[in-house]
Amino acid sequence: MTAHPASKTLSVEIPARSDYVSFVRVVVAAAADGWVNLAPDRIEDLKLAVSEATTNAINASRRAGRSDVVRLRCTADPDQIEVEVSDRGAGFDRSDRSPLPEPEDPARLLHESGLGLDLIETLTDVFELDSGKDGTTVRIVVYSDRHRHSQSPHR
Amino acid sequence: MRYYETVMTRPAPGISGTVRAVDIVVHTHQADGVVVLTVAGELDVVGGPELRQRVMACVADGGTRLVLDLSGVDYIDSFGVGVLVGALKRVRLLDGDLQLVVPERQVRRVLELCNLDRVFTLYQSVAEIGDGR
Repeated sequence: MTAHPASKTLSVEIPARSDYVSFVRVVVAAAADGWVNLAPDRIEDLKLAVSEATTNAINASRRAGRSDVVRLRCTADPDQIEVEVSDRGAGFDRSDRSPLPEPEDPARLLHESGLGLDLIETLTDVFELDSGKDGTTVRIVVYSDRHRHSQSPHR
Repeated sequence: MRYYETVMTRPAPGISGTVRAVDIVVHTHQADGVVVLTVAGELDVVGGPELRQRVMACVADGGTRLVLDLSGVDYIDSFGVGVLVGALKRVRLLDGDLQLVVPERQVRRVLELCNLDRVFTLYQSVAEIGDGR
């Protein structure tokens, strides 16, 4: 993929501490607001998706006993923003997770976590997960409305 | 209406200016024992544990009919959602109930995306709950 001429990149490293998650939201929202043609609701979606990925990355680092850094890289142009969130935790296999019970099932209340990845998938146009024993990278892309419409076969 | 009020405001940890913890005010309505927790701030991995602790304290004090007024919550993520699910589980175990006041669009949308609008009834205001009783 060739880079857009107006493509901009921002890299941030944060300590694996949960009090930095809201900082990440502010940074990503600022990049999205300034660099991409995104409606405010889509910026909210992106913030939430990146926040979920960052929280997971921080938890993975901490579980691995590594007070390491979590890396974020945003690449944006007027048509899309791509965010990569990387940690050096122990990795995980998403297929190990059993699906949540239906909302009406009383057993649903036994599950207080496990929603994050599903949310990221719902909120973004592209969601890729690359996880191994040396860490995990989540790649998220959100397209501008204009770009999404131009890709649609029904235009 | 007579109520006891406790206010707890936690100083923001970490990098000042960008991190906002939650503020939680607890009102115990003396007439019917309903406990209203008015929550403001962000219900994420920082604010969520705070709310969980407050809910557990209310339940330990005998409050099993809770209202969480999330009117002042402008952000929730899956961690915050998990805290709400946990709170509902705790009060249901004691035959209690938990109502959510969620006028804020982002919060309502996240609950809907997680299909939890099928678990909770979402109200626009505390007054609306009273009207329905």
